[in-house]
Amino acid sequence: MGLVVNSDTVRASTWVMAAGTAIDAMAITTADDAAAQEFARVVERHRPQIFRFLLSSTRDVDLAETLTQECFLKAHRNWGSFRGESSAMTWLMRIAINLQKDHWRNRRMQFWRTTRTNSVDLDEASEWLPSGESSIEQQLLARERVKQVWAAVKGLSERQRSVFLLRYVEEQELSEIAAATGLSEGTVKAHLSRAVARVRLELGGRR
Amino acid sequence: MDLRDEKKGQIADLQDTELDEALKNFKSSVHTWSDAVYSRPRTVAGEVRVRSWKLAAGWALGCVLVAGSVSGGLLERHHRAELARIAAQQRAAEQARQLQDQQARARITDEALLADVDSAVSRQVPDALEPLAQMMSEEGIK
Repeated sequence: MGLVVNSDTVRASTWVMAAGTAIDAMAITTADDAAAQEFARVVERHRPQIFRFLLSSTRDVDLAETLTQECFLKAHRNWGSFRGESSAMTWLMRIAINLQKDHWRNRRMQFWRTTRTNSVDLDEASEWLPSGESSIEQQLLARERVKQVWAAVKGLSERQRSVFLLRYVEEQELSEIAAATGLSEGTVKAHLSRAVARVRLELGGRR
Repeated sequence: MDLRDEKKGQIADLQDTELDEALKNFKSSVHTWSDAVYSRPRTVAGEVRVRSWKLAAGWALGCVLVAGSVSGGLLERHHRAELARIAAQQRAAEQARQLQDQQARARITDEALLADVDSAVSRQVPDALEPLAQMMSEEGIK
């Protein structure tokens, strides 16, 4: 059985295909644009928080900025695979925690390099207090307390520190902390309890 | 007992209040610090320049170290080859000297042997020549 193809039919189908491709391309471009815009909004919304967490973890402004950049770069690369099972913040925090872990691991491996860090000391970190209307005495007391908390935080393990900072600085829920750190809620509670005990000891011991 | 428990509870409450206060201050402090640092003008260019300088200095130092170690290795190798050459020369000279000594000793030994042979020849005469030898010795005595 012979196949009769009309030239008009071919031309029409070619046009339809071309139009379809163009429409697909336009749809992809629009989808890409939408994703880029959404990602830009996520960056704008969560960047300060990620930076703050990394700053409090490392006490190093340069390192915190670098790790924040790396975090959002990694997030941008994997934005397509983010399914929204957790919140964007939790997902970003998880990336930040892993980057920080990698950084310290690499640093431990590079023991031949200079061990000098740019971490500010506890006095300098305790200098920052909101300019309230409290008296000088209260400010001094608050500064002393902050310094004691910093001293306790410095003595915590990496995991305890992350959990403590996420809970008391970022005010995250235990479930969010568990999702961000990849630990169970029970483990998060245990770490948090040890961290608070340490802070309590520091506050009590220096009184 | 109850009074003691009550007192303990009051101390714990006081501690918890202090702890809460300290944690609140800590949070405010971190937020203030982070906000201040986050909103400050960035000095990326300078930092990049510093980093590039550091990188260049690092590379230069690395190159110098590599060149130094390579040239050091070559120098060491050359030095060892030179020492080996001198040692070989000395060994050859020593061997030559030993050979000469051996030859000299051999020469002396040969001369002594010849003298020995001479004397032996002069004393021991075949039986057939014994009368002639006696005659010669008698003539010698006379």
